[in-house]
Amino acid sequence: MFKQASWEEPIIFNLRREGRKGHIPPKLEEEIKKAVGEADTLIPKSMQRTSPLRLPELSEAEVTRHFIRLSEMNFGVDSGFYPLGSCTMKYNPKINEQLANLPTIAMIHPYQDESTVQGILEILYALERWLAELTGTQEVCLHPAAGAHGEFLGTLLMRAYHKMNGEDGKRSEVIVPDSAHGTNPASAAMAGFKVVVVPSDEEGCVNLEALKAAVSEKTAGLMLTNPNTLGIFEKNIEEIAKTIHEAGGLLYYDGANLNPLLGIVRPGDMGFDIVHINIHKTFATPHGGGGPGAGPVGVSEELAEFLPVPRITYDGEKYRLDYDKPHSIGKIRSFYGNVAVLLKAYAYILSLGFEGLKEVAEVSVLNANYIMHKLKGVKGLTLPYNSRKPRKHECVFSAKPLKSETGVSALNIAKRLLDYGFHAPTIYFPLIVEEALMIEPTETFEKEELDRFVDAMQKICEEAYNNPEAVLKAPHNTAVPRLDEVKASHPKTMALSWRMFNKRMGEIEVLNK
Amino acid sequence: MGKHNHPYIPNSQQKIKNEMIREIGIKNIDELYADIPGKYKLKKNLNIPQSALSEFEVKRHVETLLSKNKTCNDMPIFLGAGCWPHYVPAVVKEIVQRSEFLTAYTPYQPEVSQGMLQDLFEYQSMICELTNMDVANCSMYDWASALGEAARMASRVTGRNEILIPRIIHSERALTLKTYAEPVGIKVEDLAYDKESGQISLEDLRKKVSEKTAAVYIENPSYLGFIEEQAEEIGKEAHSHGTLFIVGVDPISLGILKPPGDYGADIVIGEAQPLGNSMNFGGPLLGIFACRDDMSLVRQMPGRIIGLTTTLSNDRHGFCMALQTREQHIRREKATSNICSNEALCAVASAVYMALLGPQGLKELGETIVCKANYAMRQLSKIDGVKAPVFESSHFKEFTINFDESGLSVKEIHKRLLQRKIHGGKDISKEFPELGETALYCVTEIHSKAEIDRLAEALSEILTGG
Ligand SMILES: Cc1ncc(COP(=O)(O)O)c(C=O)c1O
Repeated sequence: MFKQASWEEPIIFNLRREGRKGHIPPKLEEEIKKAVGEADTLIPKSMQRTSPLRLPELSEAEVTRHFIRLSEMNFGVDSGFYPLGSCTMKYNPKINEQLANLPTIAMIHPYQDESTVQGILEILYALERWLAELTGTQEVCLHPAAGAHGEFLGTLLMRAYHKMNGEDGKRSEVIVPDSAHGTNPASAAMAGFKVVVVPSDEEGCVNLEALKAAVSEKTAGLMLTNPNTLGIFEKNIEEIAKTIHEAGGLLYYDGANLNPLLGIVRPGDMGFDIVHINIHKTFATPHGGGGPGAGPVGVSEELAEFLPVPRITYDGEKYRLDYDKPHSIGKIRSFYGNVAVLLKAYAYILSLGFEGLKEVAEVSVLNANYIMHKLKGVKGLTLPYNSRKPRKHECVFSAKPLKSETGVSALNIAKRLLDYGFHAPTIYFPLIVEEALMIEPTETFEKEELDRFVDAMQKICEEAYNNPEAVLKAPHNTAVPRLDEVKASHPKTMALSWRMFNKRMGEIEVLNK
Repeated sequence: MGKHNHPYIPNSQQKIKNEMIREIGIKNIDELYADIPGKYKLKKNLNIPQSALSEFEVKRHVETLLSKNKTCNDMPIFLGAGCWPHYVPAVVKEIVQRSEFLTAYTPYQPEVSQGMLQDLFEYQSMICELTNMDVANCSMYDWASALGEAARMASRVTGRNEILIPRIIHSERALTLKTYAEPVGIKVEDLAYDKESGQISLEDLRKKVSEKTAAVYIENPSYLGFIEEQAEEIGKEAHSHGTLFIVGVDPISLGILKPPGDYGADIVIGEAQPLGNSMNFGGPLLGIFACRDDMSLVRQMPGRIIGLTTTLSNDRHGFCMALQTREQHIRREKATSNICSNEALCAVASAVYMALLGPQGLKELGETIVCKANYAMRQLSKIDGVKAPVFESSHFKEFTINFDESGLSVKEIHKRLLQRKIHGGKDISKEFPELGETALYCVTEIHSKAEIDRLAEALSEILTGG
């Protein structure tokens, strides 16, 4: 069985040994020192740091060892199967990392004269064109730093569009299905909209009747993922688009689930006006344990004038940054986007090409349906919402029967899977499935690994009936057993930094040792 | 290589596909797409590269394109303004390439993600030490969006909807703030500055701050590089109206500059790219977000926060995400922010960086930078027709340089510098028309004395008609 490293690695502050040095910063030339004098004569006394700076003091070797040990207590896609639904945890090609670390990208400044950055501008310009082509949109903006940032931009574009049409303030509602990811309603609210939730029907798709009842002259737009978070294609997309457009609203595509449609169906062709892409999902850039990713936004022709500045232009000879866009919503961040991440997406598209991307989509769907097929009928699990319908990139099982019969919940299954050397699926999402286990295998894991995962799932469900303790007490083989997550958020025991912990010492007894 | 059997797609081999297709009980993969209306299915090839390239071809192609860029290895570049050239130690790069960190998702399963969680907890903790605050989140997208989030947080905490910011602020941050503030009706107003010193006008502040002001925001060092010396008075003035005091920082200055926690900041934001992250043409960046240990603030914070806890059996410490009930996946439209994926790996880089440098290293580095920048100002201001800096204040690593007396525009001067393989600073003549032909220059530890001297020589050559 899997066994993760379990170092009792101290918090770095506790490794501190006064006076140790981890790095020699570039030296100051003597001549400069002579010319300007001591540094503290250059800063007003009142603004000099007097309070002690309690950072670690360690040698280079100790710092390295500390973080390497920590890395050994972390599980990534390179460690094993990572079927975290909705997150598209696919293999991240190594060549892309090499390229993104070249000094010719790492060491260029965003305000350099355009003549000195033609290479990167050419790459970004081409990537915009390719993403527009892949999503069926007219223009793409690469600025958003993540999917949610793209959603924020998208909902701001809705505002700008309605304002332009003299409907500012009137179009005050954004509709989201109850199966939507939390970022959708949160983004719409950030852009100042009221969120209207529509229920799903018995097939797991948007309830058309409810949608029709929800639209009005107040509707600014609808945010939708397709395939939705159940992995089911919204087959009524034509009717949905018509309903929204006839009401004067815009259709927003949450691209978190674009992977199974690459080269097969384009959001733009389905009637979506605004599309975001999670580069860190569909285009194989690593998630970095929580970012950085990138969330480019593509739009139809009508909306292009509202995109943030600058826009990259090309006149056949030179690439330029164009700030002269009077109707632009302005800026949502500094500079032009998470360029080092975007470069990896560019290389990824080259590595696969149109044919390869289509293969990505098809095999991701094949893998998901394969797992779904193999898990169907496992005692304790059900597949809510038309179990005969094929899924796309992911499938969502419910462990509700297992829980009521054995006490073993989706959470317990997730923890037990860790013992087998698999990352857990996404659990308790979407909210419309009780005891949800959302499984997205992606195209980058081999059949043998999928089979091993299915075996483990079967074993765990059997264990739940025969020996529930083993599951309820899981995980056993990870760096630490189950953690007290309530304690971490309780006002009395909360320690969100080393100094906060020291202030509240005593509350968490074990750490007093 | 062809369509099938791609190295990134293990099951793309037809034989394996057939096995799986048979197992599922379908005839072909198309059947799995049967529910998609035919009219939407792509019937043409897209205008993108058609076939897979070999790894070598991809490498060649991308390297060739990138080689058209000129880097700060090719010529000295004196640009800063929100993205700065600093040296990134080798250890930092090594750690962030560890695939256990690089290829992991957000640590939703803490038992198997202790490495990342501890990294991020240590990052938060070190940011707190640097800024002298109590709580930090594990990152925002960048400084600009952190400012937008800070304004919204201040508005939620105080129930007020006005925010005062310095007139001397980066236009990218001001524009981003506007984008974040406007939808919720937050009004943003400028604070005038003293013409001689650049310092915020306390008189203007007293005129504008009121019981309606949610927050007063200042930056230290300011956008134009000088140190805002009245920080403490500004904070007091804000607090006397029940207004929050937000401070934006370049954290690399805090080895030698007074941390905002020492002069009353309630919320500290900033850009941590200088701490161990490369410039990358402006992204990814790393937004700092920290506040005081006051639950009315902490509960309104945006973003992921990692907390220290114990195992359920209480015999060992561990880490997990804390206060998730603020976040979008639970609170949905009522969340404090929509942020989900952030800049975690950049935060890891910064944690490693801070651990390597330590208090002594950061102090030495700060001193080196402030000395070099001051040296550059001295050398440049010796040139006829040049004024550097424009403001009579102390500067940290950036400073303004004015060419009005030379009769040449910044644009023209920079063009001629570039011909001499030197890249000037940022032309701010449009951002601050009142400052005339002025540019913002940045000097850090990576700029050698020889490079600074070469800049001075080139400028004096250009200005004397060379
Ligand atoms: C369906 C869906 N939408 C949006 C998002 C938000 O994306 P990001 O984390 O890049 O902001 C996610 C990511 O978890 C998602 O799964």
